[in-house]
Amino acid sequence: MSEDFEIEIPPTFEHLAMVRSVLSSALEAEPVLKEERLQDLRLALSEATTNAIEAHNRVGTQAAVGIRITVADKKVTVRVSDQGGGFDPSKLKKHPPVTDPERLEYERGLGVTLMRRLTDECSITPSKNGTTVTLIVHR
Amino acid sequence: MVIEPTFEVAEYGRWAVMRVTGEIDMATAPRLRQHVLTVTARKPDGLVLDLDRIEFIDSTGLGVMVGAAKRMRMIDGGFRIVCSQPHLNELFKITRLNEVFDLYESLEDALATVAGATIDGAGNPEGAST
Repeated sequence: MSEDFEIEIPPTFEHLAMVRSVLSSALEAEPVLKEERLQDLRLALSEATTNAIEAHNRVGTQAAVGIRITVADKKVTVRVSDQGGGFDPSKLKKHPPVTDPERLEYERGLGVTLMRRLTDECSITPSKNGTTVTLIVHR
Repeated sequence: MVIEPTFEVAEYGRWAVMRVTGEIDMATAPRLRQHVLTVTARKPDGLVLDLDRIEFIDSTGLGVMVGAAKRMRMIDGGFRIVCSQPHLNELFKITRLNEVFDLYESLEDALATVAGATIDGAGNPEGAST
């Protein structure tokens, strides 16, 4: 048995809090995850949605960003789909080591690291039109 | 729907302490950045970001902290973060920012070596302006 929650948001950052709230609400009735893991997934979802909105802003589209939350007995799956032209994670700029003073020049670029480390499974699938990020956290 | 952030700045001796509450994400991080810029422009001897009552922070918020650390380093000032929340401490570990920032469990600990910083029982400065 699983239950799907699907929302579409305009590509503006003011909607990030709502997306996080939807996830919390979806898991309120069926608390599949412990609070700590829910916090992990909320942050990972927020990062993925931020990237999607940024991608839409970059290509200048007002198209909606799609978010689907699937709550199953033993896992929660979140998919964030954008139409922002496709994102290749292998082209991410690598940060200098933390001991390097130059590390302080990098204020961005932590989001993908967080998504990968806070979830049990994280896949980033670029296509010609956009990117789908799938985040899975097991019970 | 966002829990609006608040930024409360106090002076402890020659150090500034900024207490941040609410949610910091891409929508609200510019406000945090602006407050950090305002405080660092006064060139305090050090800056403490007190995150103990923060509800949510994402990578953008962490990035603002990296910027704050950089600005304080540029003026030879100290930079410390107060955070006892396990989840936030985990984020610092994952991003290895715990190796860049000086992290403290309490404001009292963060200000222990700061000359002229006196804290009352409620964690407020004594005889300092807010």
